[in-house]
Amino acid sequence: MTAPTVAHPAELGRARLRKEDARLITGQTNWTDNIVLPGLLHMAFLRSPHAHARITSVNVSAARQLPGVIAAYSGADFADEQGSLPCAWPVTPDIVIPAHPPMAVDEVRYVGEAVAVVVARNRYEAADAIEAIEVDYEPLPPVLDIRTALDEDSPKVHEAGNKSFEWVFGNGDIDAAFSGAPVVVERTYRQQRLIPSAMEPRAVVAASTGDEVTLWSSTQIPHVLRVMLALVTGIPEQNIRVIAPDVGGGFGSKLQVTAEEVLAVLITRKLGRPVKWTESRSEGNMTTHHGRDQWQRIRIAADSDGRIRGLDVDLLADMGAYLMLVTPGIPLLGAFMFNGIYKMDALAFKCTGVFTTKMPTDAYRGAGRPEATFAIERTIDELAVELGLEPLELRARNWIAHEEFPYTTIAGLTYDSGNYEAATAKAKELFRYDELRQEQAERNARNDPVRLGIGISTFTEMCGLAPSRVLGSLSYGAGGWESASIRMLPTGKVEVVTGSSAHGQGHETAWSQIVADQLGVPFEDIRVLHGDTQVSPKGMDTYGSRSLAVGGMALVGACDKVIEKARVIAAGMIEASADDLEWTAGRFSVRGDPEKAVTIGEIALAAFAAHNLPEGVEPSLDSDHTYDPDNFSFPHGTHLCATEIDTETGMVTIRSYVAVDDVGKVVNPLIVEGQVHGGIAQGIAQALYEEAVYDDAGNLVTTTLADYLVPSAADLPSYVTSRTESPSDNRLGVKGVGEAGTIASTPAVVNAIIDALRPLGVSDVIMPCTPERVWRAIQSAQQSGATS
Amino acid sequence: MIPSKFDYVRPSSLDEAVRALADAGDDAKVIAGGQSLLPLLRLRLANPELLVDVGGIDELRGVTDEGDSLLIGARTTHYQLVHDPLIAEHCGLIAETAETVADPAVRHRGTFGGSLAHGDPAGDLPAVALALDATLIARGPGGDREIPAADFFVDYLTTALEPAEVLTGIRVPKLPGWGYRYEKFHRTAQAWATVGVAALVQRSNGQVANARIGLTNMGPVPVRATAAEEAATGAQASRDSLRAAASRAGEGTEPPADLHGAPDYRRHLARVLTGRALAAAAGV
Amino acid sequence: MTHITVTVDGARYADDVEPRMLLVHYLREVVGKTGTPIGCDTSNCGACTVLMNGESVKSCAVLAVQADGADITTIEGLANGELHPLQRAFHEMHALQCGYCTPGMIIAAADLLRDNPHPTEREVREGLEGNLCRCTGYENIVRAVQRAAEAGATS
Repeated sequence: MTAPTVAHPAELGRARLRKEDARLITGQTNWTDNIVLPGLLHMAFLRSPHAHARITSVNVSAARQLPGVIAAYSGADFADEQGSLPCAWPVTPDIVIPAHPPMAVDEVRYVGEAVAVVVARNRYEAADAIEAIEVDYEPLPPVLDIRTALDEDSPKVHEAGNKSFEWVFGNGDIDAAFSGAPVVVERTYRQQRLIPSAMEPRAVVAASTGDEVTLWSSTQIPHVLRVMLALVTGIPEQNIRVIAPDVGGGFGSKLQVTAEEVLAVLITRKLGRPVKWTESRSEGNMTTHHGRDQWQRIRIAADSDGRIRGLDVDLLADMGAYLMLVTPGIPLLGAFMFNGIYKMDALAFKCTGVFTTKMPTDAYRGAGRPEATFAIERTIDELAVELGLEPLELRARNWIAHEEFPYTTIAGLTYDSGNYEAATAKAKELFRYDELRQEQAERNARNDPVRLGIGISTFTEMCGLAPSRVLGSLSYGAGGWESASIRMLPTGKVEVVTGSSAHGQGHETAWSQIVADQLGVPFEDIRVLHGDTQVSPKGMDTYGSRSLAVGGMALVGACDKVIEKARVIAAGMIEASADDLEWTAGRFSVRGDPEKAVTIGEIALAAFAAHNLPEGVEPSLDSDHTYDPDNFSFPHGTHLCATEIDTETGMVTIRSYVAVDDVGKVVNPLIVEGQVHGGIAQGIAQALYEEAVYDDAGNLVTTTLADYLVPSAADLPSYVTSRTESPSDNRLGVKGVGEAGTIASTPAVVNAIIDALRPLGVSDVIMPCTPERVWRAIQSAQQSGATS
Repeated sequence: MIPSKFDYVRPSSLDEAVRALADAGDDAKVIAGGQSLLPLLRLRLANPELLVDVGGIDELRGVTDEGDSLLIGARTTHYQLVHDPLIAEHCGLIAETAETVADPAVRHRGTFGGSLAHGDPAGDLPAVALALDATLIARGPGGDREIPAADFFVDYLTTALEPAEVLTGIRVPKLPGWGYRYEKFHRTAQAWATVGVAALVQRSNGQVANARIGLTNMGPVPVRATAAEEAATGAQASRDSLRAAASRAGEGTEPPADLHGAPDYRRHLARVLTGRALAAAAGV
Repeated sequence: MTHITVTVDGARYADDVEPRMLLVHYLREVVGKTGTPIGCDTSNCGACTVLMNGESVKSCAVLAVQADGADITTIEGLANGELHPLQRAFHEMHALQCGYCTPGMIIAAADLLRDNPHPTEREVREGLEGNLCRCTGYENIVRAVQRAAEAGATS
């Protein structure tokens, strides 16, 4: 394929304001809940109040009688057609994947599991009607702690037992690394369960006409959802249309095939009328999949000079009650990142997936990599203390040096590029690291009740999911390519069809920038279409920080093909040989005779008119390209966090936060910065505020935003952000950024808290580091007389 | 998400409101700003059959200077409590506390009377009313009744108001020359107080002549930290002495256990925050 | 049913509504103002914030019947031919990503600037404590409000 160069890229790196904004700032939005169709009916679900119970009877007859109620169904009514919600990632050959009916039939296994549904004329009548449904349950014991769920005498979530899988991976001689190691540090960390909490609650609308069904859903994955719906319901794929209208945030929580989507499709076909369902926040906290939830046992072996010999990782991962779309794979996405930015001789990893009677877990911003980065970055700090080394110094002794890239790590990944030295130096300077260390020492010396802590997180992450071959080797059910089509309109404007599915990431803007550069067409003349399988028939959707690195490259490939076709037609128009033509900034000209030129717009019109095309040439410049990356991309960064801790109350305040990130070449710096800001906020929130809490009966306690503390602007600091730039090896030089901020920030904050409290004898606080937990850690350290 | 059905009346006079409540018996609730009630209705934790909206009753508004005291109409919003010049001048503790309640939009609707009548010990204003020894005035079928704050908060979400009574106003003493402070400890800006301390201190010659301390979220009702008050009275107006007095702040409290704190931590917070509140109120 | 008359974005509406109907549902489904979204059920998220008689309120925590006689402004009524300075500032400072919190955030910011035309960074953050955003981390939102304040946006 030709590789025409873009001589003077005008858009790459430009802080373009977003095309998306105009409708969003004026309320001209198209959220799924806005959709109104003739004859629309509303669905409401009755949900299990028990964490674990047998369903002995469901009686919907009273509900059916209520005014405005068109239908009411129990799980039994759909037992034959509803199938099982899919798990597309069977990580081991003997993995236990229990049947997962969208509506429970015989047994419920988490509070909130759907047991019955009413369909009524409006949402108020539907809400009333579910109260008229009678369900008899025989409660069964809940299973709530993965640390005891594998005990002999634990109650069982499923007949096959509570273990779903055990996945093992390793490289190097781990026993040799540990035996005889001068220093071994062992720690246990808790990755608490989180609720992704996108601001837009989930909603679906389904409508059917004859054989065809259309589903609107607040989803990140219209394409994957379409395929999965076909597989689950048996409806022929070509008769299913999935539309993601405006979607108010996802963060992985809308990377899912849900009970409500499947049932909406089945019910609209059954009733012949369109149906809508919108979750309330409290419903969603219970029934939109949760994130994280691991216990991690980490052992690190090092030489006395701090050189890491080996790392041994043993995870228990809480699957929840069922395996949803990629539930078992999430911890494994982190498996290759526990070694982080460091070199070492051996790595051993084991993950056991365990069932509990809780909402299933699945992807949430970072999906496995925040868990891994937290473990290694916390442990590096612990190792530094053990060795008496400055924590940045210990990192520098072990990290991959800039000259060593591309570098194949102990986990077998080849990191494309990086410059940990430069990012760290810049971060230190912006943070005023030495000054703050000085202040910290002074406070400690005078026993100040307000302590200062400095936390470090030097991270890299693997994103740009993903080379399909690698996914196949991990038994992931789909590929990792992305698709783009370019349509050159007769008036010289351009339509771009992308398989990516933005839900806040600004693809309409960034893709316009890329295509503007590649085709030499003005930014304003480009329209990006996405999110509707009828408009964008092919794609692998948006998650895993993949859309720029993979989807952007698909655009480049499609543009290449457009230019190739244009060259042939241009040659005819200028009456020159195709080989004599040069392409720069949207025009072909004859080498040595620049006046003889023709623009891409003129070529498009000529193709449209087709009056004079060379023999055998199709009257079209339109092109598709599907791009499968040959590697992940590896953005990296250094984040530094300063926390002040009021030791009398345990209150933690972030005094300053600096992030220097390297995401390769930047298409739109505003968008990149915005992703970093938002990612940092979620990572800080995990460190300080958020936890999905279940009580001893298995009820979710944190059902509302009054208890599940998503922070406001008043609870977060201002961030100082900067960048270094180590291009990736794709032609754009780009990496991903969507999850990086979240991956980096959590350990930066927790390391800062521990750093502040170490002089008081504290060596760990379990997340979220609430004031109470911080205070108790101090109390218990003081009582045991531990100081350092 | 969606409330159960209820009937609704919006009387234009207080007596009409009382009559509507009397006719409905136990199944009616008064709604003023609705900021406490609406979330309960939406989660179907409250399912009244009738809402009596007092939003149109002018008698319930306004702040009146009574000489030694202010009479604050029950429908005065939190925003008005923050901005009213009489309150700012004569009862700054109320203004300072009201500003910590929820967020600006909620403060535009939520009312002083509503907060008190709701009787949530985790709300900020009940502890303030208690610390001020406020008098709550209610109108019922039998006429007006004055209820001292000490008798008003009976149990969790339960006040001394009879089903057919409407809280009409709150009388607060001016306490000229007293210092005050509301210390609110909460995990995020929107979060309820894990513990809150309302302190009022009257100084005399470098000593504390009088101290009043009301505690938020230290029991099923707001409580006066009487042991700490006694310890502070007559103490030196210094940080150390006031800290010492504050060490008794947890006595007689039954703090709840929840996500945000266990009882022992709450008692500890009460002690620390009382020390800080007393010091700030004493101007040291 | 209760009869109410409400002015929304400059137009008057007369309707019979169930007393339990939330103002936000009335706006979205009866009046057709879908620009104002719903994000939670406990008045925490602020996505539903509108102006009611000139003050910010969370429309999910107001009954439609309580809005009888009121004058409501939603995000759709904020611009007057051209963009409100806050809308422009949000666009220029990249203060939105998915846009779901944006209507409520802009209305809350408008109310903040009405009350305090020159807020400090701390005052902006506290003024927006009732509006949650999951995408932006608030950094650019704060900058946008400060920018609008500089441009003299006082309502």
